[in-house]
Amino acid sequence: MKSANEKNVKEYKAKYLNKRTAPIEPFDPEALLEVQHLSKTYGHLTVLNDINEKIYKGEKIAIIGPSGSGKSTFLRCLNVLEDPTDGYVFFEGFNLCDLKVDINVQRRRMGMVFQSFNLFNNMTILKNITFAPVHVQMQELAKLKRLNLKIKIGNLFKKKDCQVPPIPVETNKKKIKADAEENAYRLLKRIGLEEKANVYPSTLSGGQRQRIAIVRALAMNPKVMLFDEPTSALDPEMVGEVLNLIKELADEGMTMVIVTHEMGFAREIATRVLFMDGGNIMEQGSPEKIFGNPENDRLKDFLSKVL
Amino acid sequence: MFEDLKKIFSSSEYLGYYLQGFGNTLIVTFSAALIGLILGFIVALVKIAAEHNKWMKIPAFICNVYTTVFRGTPVALQLFFWCFAVFTIPGFKPYAAILTFGINSGAYISENIRAGISSVDKGQLEAGRAIGLSWTTTMVRIIMPQAVKNIIPAIGNEIIALLKETAIISIVGSTVGTLTFDLNEAAHTISFKTSYIAAFMIAAILYLVVVYIFIIALKLIERRLRKSEKR
Repeated sequence: MKSANEKNVKEYKAKYLNKRTAPIEPFDPEALLEVQHLSKTYGHLTVLNDINEKIYKGEKIAIIGPSGSGKSTFLRCLNVLEDPTDGYVFFEGFNLCDLKVDINVQRRRMGMVFQSFNLFNNMTILKNITFAPVHVQMQELAKLKRLNLKIKIGNLFKKKDCQVPPIPVETNKKKIKADAEENAYRLLKRIGLEEKANVYPSTLSGGQRQRIAIVRALAMNPKVMLFDEPTSALDPEMVGEVLNLIKELADEGMTMVIVTHEMGFAREIATRVLFMDGGNIMEQGSPEKIFGNPENDRLKDFLSKVL
Repeated sequence: MFEDLKKIFSSSEYLGYYLQGFGNTLIVTFSAALIGLILGFIVALVKIAAEHNKWMKIPAFICNVYTTVFRGTPVALQLFFWCFAVFTIPGFKPYAAILTFGINSGAYISENIRAGISSVDKGQLEAGRAIGLSWTTTMVRIIMPQAVKNIIPAIGNEIIALLKETAIISIVGSTVGTLTFDLNEAAHTISFKTSYIAAFMIAAILYLVVVYIFIIALKLIERRLRKSEKR
C-alpha cells in the first residue's frame, strides 16, 4: 500500500506542483559536468527524457541528431538557461538546479556560444569582450571594500590590541579595466580582428561576429565551452574560419560540448559523439564507432541521409 | 476678421488671456507627462519583471487592470470621475485634472515602454545571462540602452497627443486665473467679445508651434540615437 501511495504522490507532484521528483545521486567528483535524470517537458511535449550523462575534463563532445531531437535543449539545460522540469545538473559538484547555488557565479565559468551570435548591439567589440569580466571584478572589489569598511567601523569599538587589520586591496578600478582590455586585445589579435576593436557589431560579417562571440566567452576563462550550432547561421564561406577557431581551442585542451550539423567537423575533433533522438541519447561512442560502425537503426538511417 | 485680429492684438487684456492660457496648457501638459512617465516606467518594469519573477505576478495583474481600464475609457469621463466623484475638495480641481491626465498617459506610456523593451531580441538577454550577469544587470546595461531607441519616439508622440488632449480640461469648469484656464478656454473666452474664427485661429497657431517644436526636437534626438549604433 505504502509504495502505491508514494507513487501517487510522486505523480501528483510531478504533474501539479512541478517539483523535482528524481533522487539526487552522489555526483562523480572526477566529472566536470554531470547530468542526472534530466527531463524537460513543455506541457505534454517531452523534449528530454531522463538523460544521465557525465562529461569529464578535456573531453570534446559532439551532439548530433535530427532537428527536434532535443540537442539544443540539452545544451541549454547544461547551464540552466532552460530550467529542466526534472533532474539535476552538477558542475564541479555544484547543483545548478538548486536555487541556493548562485547560478550567475557558476555560469561565469562556462562559456556559451549561440547560433545567432547575440553580441551586445549597444557596445563596441572591445566593450563586448571586456564588459562581463570588468563588471564581475568591480562587483567583487566593491564587496571587498564594503567588508573593509565594516572591519574599520568594528575596530572603532575595540581595544587597540584586539583590532582586526583590514583585508589588503591589491587591485583598483583602473587596473581591472586595463587588464581586461589588454586581455581583450590579446584575444582579438589571436583571431586577427584587433583593428575592429572600436566598431559596433552591426558592421561585422557573420563569421567575424561568431568569432568575437567565442572570444567574448573565452574572456571569462571558462572551464567548459558550450556551442549551440555555432555555424548554422553562417554563409558557407565563413564556416571555415569559425570551425578553425573552435579546432584551435580543442587542441589547447578546452573541454567543449558542441551541438552541430557539421558531421565532418564532429568526426575530426570530437572525442565522443552523442546521437540524440526523441529526447534520448540513443547511441554514444568514439567518432570512429559512431560514423564507421553504427549499431542503432535510427542512427544508421540518420547517417545515410546526412553523409 | 482683420478687425477682430487687430482688436485682439491691440488689447493687453486679451493677449494676457492667451499668455496665461498658453502657460497653463504647458504646465498641465508637462506635469501630467512627468506623472505619466514615472507611473508608466514603474508599471512597465513590474510587467517585465513578472515574466522573470513569480512574486511580481500579483502586482503585474494590478498593473494590467490599470492599463486596461485607463486605456479603455474616455479621458473626459475620467476627468469628470476624478474631479466630481473622488477629489471633491474645493480648490483641488485643477490638480485632480492634472492627475487625471497623468494617470491616463501613464497607462499609454507603460505600454510604449513595455513594447520597446520586448522588441529587443531575446538573444541579448540570453547572452547576458549565459555569460554570468544577473538579470538586473543585463536589463539595465544591455536591454534598456537598446530599448530606449524604440521608446523615445513613442513617448514623444504620446506627449504630443497629451498636449492636445489637455484642451478638454475646461469641461470641469474654469475661471481666469486658475490652472484649468488653458489655451483653448482662453480662446473661448475671447471669442465671445470678438469673433470665433480669429480667436480660435490664434490658439490653433500657438498649439501648432509648440507641437512643431516638439516634433523637431524628437527628430534630432532620434537621429542622434540611431547614429550611435552605426559607426
